Amino acid sequence: MYDYGFFSYESKDDFLDRSREFWNPDKTDFWQDAGVDLVIDRREGYFFWDMAGRRLIDLHLNGGTYNLGHRNPELIATLEQAMQRFDIGNHHFPALARTALAEALVKTCPPNMQRVVYGAGGGEATDIAIKTARHTRQRRKIVSILKGYHGHTGLAVGTGDERFSRLFLSDRPDEFTHVPFNDLGAMEEALSGNDVAGVIIETIPATYGFPLPEPGYLQAVKSLCKRYGALYIADEVQTGLMRTGEMWGISKAGVEPDIMVIGKGITGGMYPIACTVVSEECSAWLKEDGFGHISTGGGAELGCVVALKVLEICERPEVRSMVHYIADRFGRGLRAIQELYPSWFVGIRQDGVVMGLEFDHPQGAKIVMKHLYENGVWAIFSTLDPRVLQFKPGILLGPELVDEVLDRTEVSIGQAVAELRGDRATAAVR
Amino acid sequence: MTVQAEPPGVPRARMMLQRAHWAATAFAEYDLTRTRRIVQAVAEEAYRNAERYAEWAVRETGMGVVEHKALKNVSCSRGLVEWWGDTDLVSATVDAERRIVEIPRPAGVVLALTPSTNPIATVYFKVLLSLMTRNAVVVSPHPLAREVCTDAANHLAQAAVAAGAPDGCVQVVEEPTIPLIEALMSDATTDVIVATGGTAVVRAAYRSGNPAWGVGPGNVPALVDRTADVAAAARRLMDSKAFDNSILCTNESCAIVEERVADEFQREVARHGGHVLAPDDVQAVRDKLYPEGRMRTDIVGRDAQVLAHEAGIRVPAGTRVLVTPFPLVVPEEPLAREKLFPLLGLVRVPDARRGIDAARAMLRIGGAGHSAAVHSHDPRTVMAYSAAVQVLRVSVNVGNSLGSAGVETNLAPTMTIGTGFFGRSSLGENLEPKHLVNITRVAYNKDPAEVFGNFDGLEPWNAHLDAEPVAAPEMPLDVQLAREEIRRVVLEELRELVKR
Repeated sequence: MYDYGFFSYESKDDFLDRSREFWNPDKTDFWQDAGVDLVIDRREGYFFWDMAGRRLIDLHLNGGTYNLGHRNPELIATLEQAMQRFDIGNHHFPALARTALAEALVKTCPPNMQRVVYGAGGGEATDIAIKTARHTRQRRKIVSILKGYHGHTGLAVGTGDERFSRLFLSDRPDEFTHVPFNDLGAMEEALSGNDVAGVIIETIPATYGFPLPEPGYLQAVKSLCKRYGALYIADEVQTGLMRTGEMWGISKAGVEPDIMVIGKGITGGMYPIACTVVSEECSAWLKEDGFGHISTGGGAELGCVVALKVLEICERPEVRSMVHYIADRFGRGLRAIQELYPSWFVGIRQDGVVMGLEFDHPQGAKIVMKHLYENGVWAIFSTLDPRVLQFKPGILLGPELVDEVLDRTEVSIGQAVAELRGDRATAAVR
Repeated sequence: MTVQAEPPGVPRARMMLQRAHWAATAFAEYDLTRTRRIVQAVAEEAYRNAERYAEWAVRETGMGVVEHKALKNVSCSRGLVEWWGDTDLVSATVDAERRIVEIPRPAGVVLALTPSTNPIATVYFKVLLSLMTRNAVVVSPHPLAREVCTDAANHLAQAAVAAGAPDGCVQVVEEPTIPLIEALMSDATTDVIVATGGTAVVRAAYRSGNPAWGVGPGNVPALVDRTADVAAAARRLMDSKAFDNSILCTNESCAIVEERVADEFQREVARHGGHVLAPDDVQAVRDKLYPEGRMRTDIVGRDAQVLAHEAGIRVPAGTRVLVTPFPLVVPEEPLAREKLFPLLGLVRVPDARRGIDAARAMLRIGGAGHSAAVHSHDPRTVMAYSAAVQVLRVSVNVGNSLGSAGVETNLAPTMTIGTGFFGRSSLGENLEPKHLVNITRVAYNKDPAEVFGNFDGLEPWNAHLDAEPVAAPEMPLDVQLAREEIRRVVLEELRELVKR
């Protein structure tokens, strides 16, 4: 009997049955079939526990949502305190917490950023970004990166992989152009018609396995945008909030975007909101018709208060220092593991604590993921490139936990190699 | 688990410890050359700012004397490095005869509580000791000396990092409060607390559950026996009392003088700026400076003129020390307690044996385990006195302010005086670098048949073991095909999309 106070289940199987029956049968089965029988129960810091009581170290963090750890005590305390005065607020009126967060957020962004529009989640924030670009440029076309990912809402889904848009007959190829990442020629070709409203790019494409932008690539895209009258929309959902060692990955890349999309980690997984930050130029619709985009849950004031605390934490010099230490120790540790399996563990993509581990096998990351899971680490493969494991540690880790993750990773990669060799004996040893 | 909101500043301060932990982890891998370069650079930077911070400290706290503080700052910067320059607490040492290898292991994160009385000297001291031993240090200054200590610690931190030290190896709590300091002391990330300050803070350090070097207050007796060079003793006592307005915990509290040399002693005292008070004035001092028997903290570190003014008594110009004779060392006598200002009790005793009893009585009242002084040329007196008084350092024929602090004796120069078991501390010596490291002892089998290893040239930082690469798995044919297939599909997809 699993009694959670608010609800209860007879057993894990009972729960999974109900999950299939009342929630999402395919998703429920997908993980069981992949050998990941995870049902997340208790959570704390960079750990969570399966229903069966097994502890896992979270290296997925829901794409950076739990950047500061699960149920971060400072965020819990902030939310509890906020609830003494605020609720989600009213979307029609000037709002205290929304304005306070907007002001604080803009100060952390590149200097040309001016205002914040709120959504309830990253997809909506992407939709707002696209609508804003279209209004500003009075053009309809949006260019994005092949295998890029910006969410599943009405417009955002069009920027992503067709797997997600065609399913719902929502692909709009005439409006959404996709070009390969790191290919400036293709980008220029897509923009050269002078009919593109905006280019949206994850600063490091997450779901694609964090291929790193080639030096100068993002800056060159920005120049192309300028030349052909398109706006640069930086999707900072997974690269923001110190994950690259700087507050925003796009600042580190030296690009001044016209619009920024911020989500996930901004509220630390406590009370979700997402933010679209826009320049003065892109603020025009906010002056012309401020009711142009309405969202009841968008910028919920409880979330805004939590986000203020998240920003304050991320701006601490201690955090900046720790991110560099964490990134350095992971980098060195992973390279040492790579020396053991040089011909199989073929790539480490790393910018700060944004990492992708590349294996020389079409499903390599799925195999390593399974062994990591068995060995107590949860890291997810890249949906759009299953050779690459997304390896996303938090920014408040201590050296002991980093070493523990590296130990588990080394063993898991060894087991994956052994499994592929059909070498049972080695699998047991390594 | 229910989460309790913590007092303001505490979560951030815990993060400082985390950062320090990271820094310490990196620092522990440094070799001797790099470590010494950092220590040298930081000590020189501290030395260059010795006077500036001395002036600032006096201005901010209102305590002490600038030139004396500058002197202490010099001995706790350049002086410290000169003293410990050859000490190596970084490299491994090999004792082939005993078949033991010793590897120094830094504590990790040192939480350094520093007092308002000797603010900069103590910050210098604890920071340099931490760096010599490859520890990260978080300085928590006394709120009265917050600004100057914060500036100094940040300054040293920059110098350290500029010389190649790990980022975050020196940090300072900029807004210290009692709940915050208590949280830091009990935080699991703190590896050792080095507490200098009042009894309350030291007891709190020991209560924290973490390893701690805490030191208690002093109440220093100075015995002057019949064999002493009385003139020299008087001069040294006056200089010691005037030094930084008696703010060092090693300053003398009472002179205990053998009756037969006491008149001479008083005359000599007067020649060196001491003013021996008449009985009415002594009573005025008791009433005004020790209301209800307790020392006024607002006059700590103030000079003799200020004390006289506060007591409402007249003293000659040039008076450096007020000397208050009193008959009996008993707990209800305020003049028998510690004095952190230039006031010296004077007790006449019939002989040295009674003097020892009086000194023991003082240390029952306060200052157990700390220090005592004796002015004598009779080794029997020195031995009898030192074996009887409950202290762990006795300085002989020298002013005790700088004597027990190791500046004018060959004790280790320190700003942290261990009071040992007498004083409810686990540290009995002057705090030294060695107190911030542990040693891993690698002990071979005693049996000579078992060969002792040759460790020539081996150090903890160069003994790397190589990895043995594992061959990649042969891809099964279907996987190879699958990979080709995927590549083909991806390429086609790309081509098609680019075309559009």
